Amino acid sequence: MSQLLAVVIDGIVYASWLFIIAVGLTLIYGVMKILNIAHGSLYALGAFTAVSFCTAWFGHNYAAAGSFAMLAAAAIVVGLVFGPLIERGLLRFMYGKDEVVLVLVTYALFLILEDVIKLVWGVDPLLVQGPNGETPYSVLGNFEASGLSYPYYNLVLVGVAVATGAALTWVLTRTRSGKLLIAVIHDREMSAAMGIDVGRTYFVTFTVGAMLAAVGGALTAPTVSVVTGMGAEVIVMAFAVVVIGGLGSLPGAALGAFIVGMVRAASIHYKPELELFSVYLVMAVVLIVRPKGLFSGAEVRKI
Amino acid sequence: MKLDRTTIAIGVVTVALLAASPVLPKWAMSLLNVSLCYGTVVLGMMLLMRTGLVSFGHGLYYCLGAYAAGTVDQMLKLPDMALMVAAGAVVTGIVAAILGLLLARYRDIFFAMLSLAFSMILYGLLVKSSALGSTDGFNISAKTLFGVALVDDARRYAGFGITVVLTTLSAFALNLYLRSHRGRLAEAIRDNELRVEYMGASVRATIHLHYVISAVLAGIGGALMAINIGHIDPEMTYWPQSGEFVFIAILSGTGNVFAPLGGALVFETIRSFAYEYSPNTWQMVLGITMLIVMIFLPGGLWSLIQRRKPA
Amino acid sequence: MKIGTVLRAFVAAIAALGLSQTAQAQDKKTSIKIGFVTFLSGPAAGPFGVPAKVAAEAIVESLNAGKAPPPYQSKGIGGLPIELVIIDEAGGATKQVSEYRTLVQRQDVDIVIGYIGSGDCLAVAPVAEELKKLTVLLDCGTPRIFEDASYKYVFRTRPHATMDAVAATMYLLDNRPAVKRVSGINQNYAYGQDSWNDFEATIKTMKPAIEIISSQMPKFGAGQYGAEISALISSTPDVIHSSLWGGDLEAFMLQAQPRDLFKSAQLVLVAGEPYLHRLPGKIPDGTIVGARGTNGVFAPDSPLKRWLVEVYKGKAGLEPNYPAYSTAQSFLGLKAAYEKAMRDKIGSAIPMGAAKNVKEEMEKAYSPPNQEEIIAAFEKITFDSPSGKVRMALGKGHQAVMGTAYGTTRFENGVVKVGNIKYYDAEKVTPPEGVTSLDWIKSGFKRSN
Repeated sequence: MSQLLAVVIDGIVYASWLFIIAVGLTLIYGVMKILNIAHGSLYALGAFTAVSFCTAWFGHNYAAAGSFAMLAAAAIVVGLVFGPLIERGLLRFMYGKDEVVLVLVTYALFLILEDVIKLVWGVDPLLVQGPNGETPYSVLGNFEASGLSYPYYNLVLVGVAVATGAALTWVLTRTRSGKLLIAVIHDREMSAAMGIDVGRTYFVTFTVGAMLAAVGGALTAPTVSVVTGMGAEVIVMAFAVVVIGGLGSLPGAALGAFIVGMVRAASIHYKPELELFSVYLVMAVVLIVRPKGLFSGAEVRKI
Repeated sequence: MKLDRTTIAIGVVTVALLAASPVLPKWAMSLLNVSLCYGTVVLGMMLLMRTGLVSFGHGLYYCLGAYAAGTVDQMLKLPDMALMVAAGAVVTGIVAAILGLLLARYRDIFFAMLSLAFSMILYGLLVKSSALGSTDGFNISAKTLFGVALVDDARRYAGFGITVVLTTLSAFALNLYLRSHRGRLAEAIRDNELRVEYMGASVRATIHLHYVISAVLAGIGGALMAINIGHIDPEMTYWPQSGEFVFIAILSGTGNVFAPLGGALVFETIRSFAYEYSPNTWQMVLGITMLIVMIFLPGGLWSLIQRRKPA
Repeated sequence: MKIGTVLRAFVAAIAALGLSQTAQAQDKKTSIKIGFVTFLSGPAAGPFGVPAKVAAEAIVESLNAGKAPPPYQSKGIGGLPIELVIIDEAGGATKQVSEYRTLVQRQDVDIVIGYIGSGDCLAVAPVAEELKKLTVLLDCGTPRIFEDASYKYVFRTRPHATMDAVAATMYLLDNRPAVKRVSGINQNYAYGQDSWNDFEATIKTMKPAIEIISSQMPKFGAGQYGAEISALISSTPDVIHSSLWGGDLEAFMLQAQPRDLFKSAQLVLVAGEPYLHRLPGKIPDGTIVGARGTNGVFAPDSPLKRWLVEVYKGKAGLEPNYPAYSTAQSFLGLKAAYEKAMRDKIGSAIPMGAAKNVKEEMEKAYSPPNQEEIIAAFEKITFDSPSGKVRMALGKGHQAVMGTAYGTTRFENGVVKVGNIKYYDAEKVTPPEGVTSLDWIKSGFKRSN
């Protein structure tokens, strides 16, 4: 019983982490029909920037609790700098091209950003760590559940995931700009004809998506050692989550993250040797049963 | 049957490559070798792309072909080049025929993603197999060709020869197919499946067939690569490898069977020189090249050649 | 038109290639060109690749200036300056084979040193043999290279990974004989699997009563270990074995330490030594660490060690770590072999006056040794390195063996110190010639002769 509880807790924590990373990807795909491989680079940029900001913070001997503000600042800065830069500087010239070409454009961007990160931060693994080894991860302390102790930081992840999901749902369903956005998702040309500024919608969507990737990176930074190539590791995971849920679907991303998190936690506790491909098995099974993922809208038929 | 210009050119290139092999510098020969192996895989990608499908998991067949060749060498102790390639083609053909039953129902990004899932499952299986060397893979060495023992340089030339012949044969066959009635359906399916169905042709059967053909080509490419490189590992089915095939296919364009072969050669050349002259930023060089091609040559490198065609 | 253009371009390319070949012929050697292959990108770049590159540059600079301590005081290698060509090892074994060919055939290097990944080493070795190019493997853990095959042109100046597990078990059982329950966490790739299999087999051979409870195998670069840590805590082991390294090790320690995983369980880090200085406060006291050989903190004091520390600190600002010692070992091993070949030549030259063509004979004896002569000298050589004596004893004289050491950490004045260091002779922890590692462990560490 206690092991089952551990599986659930581990699964939820991992699912929250996955959701934060995947939600920006599904948002961008939903609106712009771009499967953004550079999402992995934005995640990595968020993590590296978080390290730099936190190091500066700790360097001034400020209170460790304030490092959370630095994580948030890093995510916002990366989102506001790279989102507009990529969208205005590159992607807007590519709209209307084939989906596959757009994937490859972001792949090219991913390759370029990988080396940019290397040139800026070097290849040494970096740690978010204060002068006495304190990190945002450990500073909050632990709680006990089913005989195991978990850092409260995990609850921060869960909280951020829930808040992000709730905020996006609210914006999409309850606000004017959200409704406009849904119109753009449904039919870009018609929306433009009705006077919606599609360019602006894309601009805002991509910036928000980039920021969400950076939030994922910034929140991950204190729990890992930040290394080059970390973006490549998460991008395929995020793809899997988004595809399982149904591309472009917000509740789909949440459910996809939840399923992957649970399956992974269960396999680690009961059958550790299956962990390596659990995610892809889930993805294959889901796609075989529901070819377009769990949440997929009806498609307009073209003749 | 009337010979078209592509067929003639394929013949000329085959003869030229084989004739040039003794005078080619060795590094150029291995560069050509690797490019042709990639080119064979991308030939298959091209057929799929003409049909409107892109696979993000073609590494699956490239890797299966190589492991089939490796099994023939290591487990069955039959280190014959021809047998190894045949094994690669047969195994990938069977697997693709089975998976194709499922995949032929999928389109667009879902086709791409389900292919990716399958390729990553194979990756997971191979990494788990300590007997196959896990991520380290294992070495293979082809020692005969059609039973004739090969030593030292003869082995290299035989490897090059069989690569050239099989690649150009594949290109020849594919070119013939693309000009056939069914082959011409590919682009029609890409443009509008419903119309194709109304015409009385089976979209699903055609896609299934094209999927199997492209898989077999990838299997042949993988087996040839295994013979030429002498080492195989699960990296061959890891997603960046599949991504590279898509990249080369887009770089090349789908205008002609020469496009994938030329595209692969250009790609390998850029990569090799980027490694050499820019060891710290070779990824950036590749990324920028890719962007330039996609922005300025939306039809791929082949459009450079096609554009000059007199109207 | 279009096909014509392609054909013309193609013929021109072939002609150009043919021309470039005739343009390469130079005789008199003025330098030794060494191709150095190491990870410059990807997850292994930070912990291994770039320190190795920095070490190579520092060492070459010092050797070329003739500033190394005896017996390496001569300039460069055998008086000739070393010229380095550095390329990236990232991209997988297939690409590395292509790049190796490029290095040898287009760049025309004299010797290749490099390769950290086991898959790359396995793949490159037969190609080195085919191209007949002297190649010194820098690191790579797998024992398969010289256990599965034998090579003439390939040398490895580092011991293989089997001794990690064997010495770790000996150290563990010496210091904590009451151990009953063992778990492991290792990356799910060849090195991680081998490490765990060796360790499990050694435990079963040396003390079958010990229970192996759980083995976690997170994927390489996983980053998130929450569930693994829960599973490890629930399995209540006395000892946790891990071969994690680099970013994965650091992430695991960062996540595990606050969760009190190590309160009741002792940690054995077979590859942990290079990360001690990076994780103050995160490595629990009493952790058993090793460094595959007497490197880093385990290196006995010697003029060579002080030299390496000095040149490496001058470039990197840090104490040299494991890859820096590996790199030093490969360059010094090569230099020792090369210079031994020179002495052998002169020594075996025909005595003065006994030959008719004294002048020609002398010139021949004093000319730089050719590759065959270097190889003959390299086989079974024993040379000094910053980590102590290295013997090329296995793989018909192509695979190095050396002793290793394990120690226990304690946190003192803000730094992690290693105490209770025990040294293990190469013979005790390495299989003899002709026996594969796992067979040797399962046989109960038999030495037939």
